Amino acid sequence: MPDAKGRRIALGCEGSANKLGIGIIAHDPITGEALVLSNVRDTFVSPPGTGFLPKDTARHHRAYFVRVAKKALALSGVSISEIDCICYTKGPGMGGPLTSVAVGARTLALLWGKELVGVNHCVGHIEMGRAITGASNPVVLYVSGGNTQVIAYAEQRYRIFGETLDIAVGNCLDRFARTLEISNDPAPGYNIEQLAKQGGRVLLDLPYAVKGMDCSFSGILGRADDLAAQMKAGEPGPDSKPFTPADLCFSLQETVFAMLVEITERAMAHVGSNQVLIVGGVGCNERLQEMMGAMAAERGGSVYATDERFCIDNGIMIAHAGLLAYETGFRTPLDESTCTQRFRTDEVFVKWRD
Amino acid sequence: MDPSPQSPPTKKRKMATSTSTSTAAAPAVVQEHQFPLPPILTHPSASPPILITQGAEGRLYKTTFFSPDIPCALKYRPPKPYRHPVLDARLTKARLAFEAKVLERCRREGVPVPAVYAQNAAAGWIAVEWIEGAPVRVKINEWLGQRPKNEEEERSAAGQDHGPLIELMKRIGAAIAGLHRTGVVHGDLTTSNMMLRPHTKKKTTTSEQTNGVSKEEEKAKLLEGDVVIIDFGLANQSQSDEDRATDLYVLERAFASTHPRAENLFEHLLESYKQSFKKGASVLHKLEDVRMRGRKRSMIG
Repeated sequence: MPDAKGRRIALGCEGSANKLGIGIIAHDPITGEALVLSNVRDTFVSPPGTGFLPKDTARHHRAYFVRVAKKALALSGVSISEIDCICYTKGPGMGGPLTSVAVGARTLALLWGKELVGVNHCVGHIEMGRAITGASNPVVLYVSGGNTQVIAYAEQRYRIFGETLDIAVGNCLDRFARTLEISNDPAPGYNIEQLAKQGGRVLLDLPYAVKGMDCSFSGILGRADDLAAQMKAGEPGPDSKPFTPADLCFSLQETVFAMLVEITERAMAHVGSNQVLIVGGVGCNERLQEMMGAMAAERGGSVYATDERFCIDNGIMIAHAGLLAYETGFRTPLDESTCTQRFRTDEVFVKWRD
Repeated sequence: MDPSPQSPPTKKRKMATSTSTSTAAAPAVVQEHQFPLPPILTHPSASPPILITQGAEGRLYKTTFFSPDIPCALKYRPPKPYRHPVLDARLTKARLAFEAKVLERCRREGVPVPAVYAQNAAAGWIAVEWIEGAPVRVKINEWLGQRPKNEEEERSAAGQDHGPLIELMKRIGAAIAGLHRTGVVHGDLTTSNMMLRPHTKKKTTTSEQTNGVSKEEEKAKLLEGDVVIIDFGLANQSQSDEDRATDLYVLERAFASTHPRAENLFEHLLESYKQSFKKGASVLHKLEDVRMRGRKRSMIG
């Protein structure tokens, strides 16, 4: 049921990794404008030196689902009757956490008598990025703990032009944070970024692995781990002076971000676009945004990026992308409301774009 | 991207390949450029350099080499402002030197690639033979542009009158097979990085082609020509099935995203690759593995 102003309203539930997010969005039927009514998130943070395990993360999502949903509902100021549909992340992501949130979404749908919409997590990021920044048809760099993809839209699908051949860039950074035993609060990547600002005396030699529009990070992580071990053993760097964790973080960021900017530039040259949108958790790294901006400026274009509210996994992006699909008539029947760890961006038929 | 419609050079001055400084750099020409010219092109030249494209790697200029009637492509890799200068210098130098080496090797082995005329890796440029024609991407899109867009029609038309396109796919497959046979993997195979060089030496413009030629004949001619592989900026020397399969996988995905409507014709390319290359079958076997890994990749959100 549209609300008093004729708006369509969706509630979105996200929990594909260690963030549980629930958000409520409204679409103006005339202007098509998306209005964020609430966007609540609770993150499962594991101790330094460790990653988040699926079972612990799933338990966190189950434990917090009700209070996050209540808070999102209260902040939005809408009543349950005004909500049109319940959107949830169908995948990709970690099985346990995804399942916890899918169960929560199904419960809300049955409790309130609403229809369900299963959403591809990556498409959620892209659509939210477009809505917030106003970028009309950008090349998208999607960088997070689980994904690294260069995407461009063509003929009703978000097509993947390049991606990682092994681990995601965010995974590389997260795992290196574990090697250095940096805090995971608020996020390992954020703490690497802050530490890197103090480095830069020397650029340590790391592999640079770009293959066409694809890239690879596991070899870089291996080399960075080796260097960290050398540092801890008190061995000097290439200029026979000692180097610090800050130098390591700096060198790692400079290398992997240069690779990301390079593959993005290659995709932009290939499709003839000069807009670039960065989405995903790594997308809030200001050094990456700065490097991407320098590249885009040289091509006579610009970079679009969002802050942590929309870059980092959140419920509002699932609500937004789900509502776009809902408006074209898409529904996920209860008996098909599954989730899946593997769900490629280009599997989604994008009916809402020309 | 299409280099053919550029106006031919008019001025008759020689491109200097020496490093002697000169005050005679033509400022009028420089002003036409969006970017400052690389130092090599500021020397007195046989013809004003024309900026053809700003690729991801660098800028491609059309100029002449040694004599005003020898057109050449000068590829310049400017310093990347976003990249750490140490990393940038290391990458630029290594990639250019390697590109020249790989091109020379391919040339020796008879693989259709541009000949290397001159290079200076430290200064960031390489001058190679000018390839006439248009990128394969442009030609395929022109061809597909004449097809029905409706998916229903497309399905019924599939495989029926895509004959010339299938032939082209086979020629591409054979060209890549030749490349791999020499122990080189390209590293960035896309339909933008292949030229379709017309068989005739004579340069024809589109308007000339339409004169007195029926539309059908013109259409059939669209995809004629030799496939010439260009842009070896990310090439590598490798004999491994894995690297060769990755090369094909990169192309397969680039092809699917660039020409989604002709995606089903990619198998013809692979089939021809297999037939033209002794190790083709085992590379294609490996390609299955690479694809599987590719699918597995989309894991955590």
